[in-house]
Amino acid sequence: MVKNGQGRRILYAILILLFLFPFFAPRFYVYLMSLVLLYGLLATSLNLVLGYGGMFQFHHCVFYGVGAYATALILTKTQLHPIFAFLAAPLSGAMLSLIMGIICVRLSRLYFGMLQISLGSLVWAIVYRWYSFTGGDDGIHGIPVPEIIGSTNGAYYFTLIITGISMFLLYLIVNSPFGKTLQGIRDNALRSEMIGVNVKLHQLAALTIAGFFAGVAGMLFVVVDTTVFPEMLFWTLSLEVLIMCLVGGWFSFLGPMLGAAVILTLRTIVSTYTVYWALVLGITMTLVIFFLPNGILGFLEERLMRGKKADA
Amino acid sequence: MDLYGFLSQVLVGLSRTVILFIVSSGLSLILGVLRIPNVAHGSLYMIGAFAAYSITKFFGGTDIGFWAALLGAPLFVALISFIAERAVFQFLYEREHIMLLLLTFGFSLIFGDLVKLVWGGEYKTVAVPKVLQGYVLLFKHLHLPLYNAFLLVLGPIMAFLLWLFVNKTKIGKISRAAAVDREMVGAVGINVSWVFGITFVVGCFLAGLGGMLVAPTISVTLGMDHTLIMESFLIVIIGGLGNIWGALLGALIFGLAQSLGILMWPKFGIVFPYAAVVLVLTFKPRGLLKSTW
Repeated sequence: MVKNGQGRRILYAILILLFLFPFFAPRFYVYLMSLVLLYGLLATSLNLVLGYGGMFQFHHCVFYGVGAYATALILTKTQLHPIFAFLAAPLSGAMLSLIMGIICVRLSRLYFGMLQISLGSLVWAIVYRWYSFTGGDDGIHGIPVPEIIGSTNGAYYFTLIITGISMFLLYLIVNSPFGKTLQGIRDNALRSEMIGVNVKLHQLAALTIAGFFAGVAGMLFVVVDTTVFPEMLFWTLSLEVLIMCLVGGWFSFLGPMLGAAVILTLRTIVSTYTVYWALVLGITMTLVIFFLPNGILGFLEERLMRGKKADA
Repeated sequence: MDLYGFLSQVLVGLSRTVILFIVSSGLSLILGVLRIPNVAHGSLYMIGAFAAYSITKFFGGTDIGFWAALLGAPLFVALISFIAERAVFQFLYEREHIMLLLLTFGFSLIFGDLVKLVWGGEYKTVAVPKVLQGYVLLFKHLHLPLYNAFLLVLGPIMAFLLWLFVNKTKIGKISRAAAVDREMVGAVGINVSWVFGITFVVGCFLAGLGGMLVAPTISVTLGMDHTLIMESFLIVIIGGLGNIWGALLGALIFGLAQSLGILMWPKFGIVFPYAAVVLVLTFKPRGLLKSTW
């Protein structure tokens, strides 16, 4: 993707713009951009198992929510150093993902997705009801975030740096031999098994990594928004993140990030005019599924390839 | 709690199971034959409940209004699903499950906002008809609300009618054949697209019927689709995809786990049915009964 010089130059330009963003943008847009980055990271982590792994991870937000709750609970209920709160999020996300993965991974396709969504709903139900520990359906508000990242700009730079590092790591994983094997399993699990690949183990590892980075995204949400609430683990949010992957294109590495940016920007614009945002999103989705089944980036790449073929 | 109170709680729980069964059997039919994980099913259930409110209101809250709603609300839902199926879904049957899941999720978002647009966001209530008010005395001290008894009678009847439709009618037989091998059914000269359309509409009719029947027992409100659709998906999965009796068994497990869970541990009652589902799927990952695919 970024092998050619032009693509790399565009990437550097975007990074510089992102670093300078708080200097010229109003506060609300800085907040919005932080959300775009962390939802983009969440969608990209989902895409590791969805687009590259070919697994129907229907309920990815559980790991995001659990990571956010881990950070929030340590910050509010204990005197531990905040660094533990930030480390707890990815670790709890990865742990939960590993446990759920062990139960689900022997199933395939729709059955995998359904068992995953029922396990996730179980976690949601516990968080939703356990008032004394998680705050129940009220959630936790006004979480004391360390001062240096407490301001809007501080939170933005923290999010930008963590997201940047995470995206770089995910990029390395996708292009590593492990990532290539994962794509091989997606395309033909039986053949991969025949040439001696441990399919289930690779899938389990991918699920754990995806849970890890979903936890990172959850931790970032706590820093940006200083709240957590049980809707973060509800299945509708998971499907919204799936939509982000779809809109951006789940066969491209940066597709989900673009999808998150498109959906969140659209939501902000539409919400200023009408309360019927869900209606607009539903219609957009239907149109995307009909006309852009590979997402925006997939469509552009296809166009680019066609152009190159015509030149040659 | 005394034994009679306990038993009547179980019976009330069972009558809720009837509604879960009716909605899930429709979902199961659509999943089994068309292979669409129809997230919009819950929204159709919600529309059924709101339509029941409008119809009973039109008749001024009389008993005739209830019976008119019993027929009219599901038919209204069936009409909506017919339009959606012919206009959009029929072109996308060959797509991946995940695309269909997202497409139907898109429709559930659209339906949800349309309900908000038409009926507004306030709570609505539907009165139990006068004939079905009051209690029945089943045993010495065992009282049961008459409406719940009505549901308990209706459940087996619906199961029997559905069994008739799937096993004894021509269209039911064709749809079962199409569930196994749709290309072969097309090759012998049957218009598979219409078979799928009819099956879809029948499934959605059941969603509307479930919504209509639940309306007198709860307050009808936006968002009632979200928990229900998750519950019916889980019921269909633990019962076995596409198996009508599986939907009945799954609804029984889910509904009883719910009502008994609330009796035993009120705070975490909501957790029990999900735990039951996880338990079933850990040992029988493809559902308790044989699935159609």
